[in-house]
Amino acid sequence: MDMLSHGRAIAKREWSAYFNSPVAYIFIVIFLVLAGFFTFSVSGFYEVGQADLRSFFFWHPWLYLILVPAVAMRLWAEERRQGTIELLFTTSVTPAQAIAGKMAAAWAFLGLALLLTFPIPLTAGWLGRPDWGVIVSGYVASFLLAGAYLAVGMFTSALTRNQVISFILAVVLGLFLILAGFQPVTDLLSQWAPGWLVDGVAAFSFMPHYEAMQRGVLDARDFVYFASVTGFMLFLTHLVLGNRTGR
Amino acid sequence: MIKVEHLVKKFGLRTAVNDVSFRVEKGTVLGFLGPNGAGKTTTIRMIAGYLPPTSGAVEVNGIDVVADPVAAQKQIGYMPENTPLYDEMTVEAFLNFLAEIRGFAGADRRRQADAIIDKCMLSSVRHQPIETLSKGYRRRTCLAQTLIHDPAVLLLDEPTEGLDPNQKQVVREMIERMAQNKIIVLSTHVLEEVEAICSRVMIISEGRLQVDSRPGDLKKRAGGYNTLTIEVVAPAAEALQAFAEIPDVAEVVSLSSGSEKQVLRLVPKDRQSLAVRAIEVASARRWLVTELRSDPGRLDDVFRQITITDDVGRKTA
Ligand SMILES: Nc1ncnc2c1ncn2[C@@H]1O[C@H](COP(=O)(O)OP(=O)(O)O)[C@@H](O)[C@H]1O
Ligand SMILES: [Mg+2]
Repeated sequence: MDMLSHGRAIAKREWSAYFNSPVAYIFIVIFLVLAGFFTFSVSGFYEVGQADLRSFFFWHPWLYLILVPAVAMRLWAEERRQGTIELLFTTSVTPAQAIAGKMAAAWAFLGLALLLTFPIPLTAGWLGRPDWGVIVSGYVASFLLAGAYLAVGMFTSALTRNQVISFILAVVLGLFLILAGFQPVTDLLSQWAPGWLVDGVAAFSFMPHYEAMQRGVLDARDFVYFASVTGFMLFLTHLVLGNRTGR
Repeated sequence: MIKVEHLVKKFGLRTAVNDVSFRVEKGTVLGFLGPNGAGKTTTIRMIAGYLPPTSGAVEVNGIDVVADPVAAQKQIGYMPENTPLYDEMTVEAFLNFLAEIRGFAGADRRRQADAIIDKCMLSSVRHQPIETLSKGYRRRTCLAQTLIHDPAVLLLDEPTEGLDPNQKQVVREMIERMAQNKIIVLSTHVLEEVEAICSRVMIISEGRLQVDSRPGDLKKRAGGYNTLTIEVVAPAAEALQAFAEIPDVAEVVSLSSGSEKQVLRLVPKDRQSLAVRAIEVASARRWLVTELRSDPGRLDDVFRQITITDDVGRKTA
């Protein structure tokens, strides 16, 4: 009962906090401009002549690497800097409820930004006959990826009252999660590390799962992977908040 | 009712609250006094279910705060130190948010928020972002937040700190108005405040409860309590002698001595009131008393006596 009503109240508050400040608009504009720039200019969407969104989704892990921590950094750091965390956790809100509400709001916000890229698939549909199943699966993968990054950023935000520190920590952690399974890096590592180690580290990475889903392969294991990373990071967040407030 | 038993809070090696026990009944306004760092905030945070005690028990209206902070917090309105608020929200949005958290939905929520806005005289600033409020309005907004679910217990950590005298007066009047049927615990280091609104006062120093009494009784502990200053038209030597002969008088000091008028200070042996006997002595001799003042006792003297002795005691220990 409280879980729902408290979660919803907090989600609503966070959502309007994004839109009451220029942050939301700046974020959406930057995200759309960069997504378009990389897709059309860097990857040469038109020149390749393929009506698919590979070149569009290819860049998302890198865009999110910077942009998602920027969205997540204030979630807890700001509560701690302003001292409102004390207010929040003395009004019968539990850490789990607050985490759920904040996660929902921020993830929905990222989802909105992602939906606003709709002109890109429309362009692809206008240029040729894309496989819409692959495109939908790509969007699902991107949304899950955004959620995983967000959970990382939520965790680092809970660690500090300083948004900048939270941002940097989240980027570093995110970079690890990309690079551990990024092919150029795994190729390089396998030259001097045993194969099982490289594979073991790579298993933590976003990339193999994200790439598989992008190709249109919806495998339960990839969903489980994203759910575990996100869940684990939220669990760590709960641990940190519990330590602060003694729950 | 608030029940605190053998409450201890340690931060590493430092003991911030050291074996504090007390009970507070409905209708009480309890003033929690103590110098900075005495442990007031830490104690209040433990009652509010924000910090877990190292040991000891806290109960609010029969609910164990440590075991079930959520249920306890539904009985409590808490104003943390330094008035933390969501600065970017408007007063109205903030109070609506809290009303929702406190379990009001839909039209109920809006009605509740509006009622509190009226009650706390916030109508003129309701659409203003909190960061643009003056200190007085900011404090009132935070106070409004504590009232939204009409809790049985209010915990106010330094509610008037940093306000100008007029703003203080407003906040105090609000607290007084809320006092019936509630328990109010407020911490402060402003002594006049305790006198003005508290029915009970506790002094805490270095984490220990030093005094638990009524403000009026506490004043009697002041060093100068019931010392009588008398201005009388009489010959100097005779006046000194006559007043010194009153049985309860320990000492007579001449503050100023003219050819006609004497100003004397009469110190009682054991805090007794001396006024009646002094007037009898004067009228028996047909001396004209032009002024008579009995020291009502000053809380800051008591406060200083208690909190400083403690410091000194530690140094010599
Ligand atoms: N989170 C904390 N970590 C370490 N020490 C603390 C913490 N909170 C308070 N203290 C210490 O506990 C003591 C009591 O502090 P506090 O309860 O804030 O006093 P008061 O409110 O009476 O000024 C102080 O010595 C303070 O430094
Ligand atoms: Mg304090």
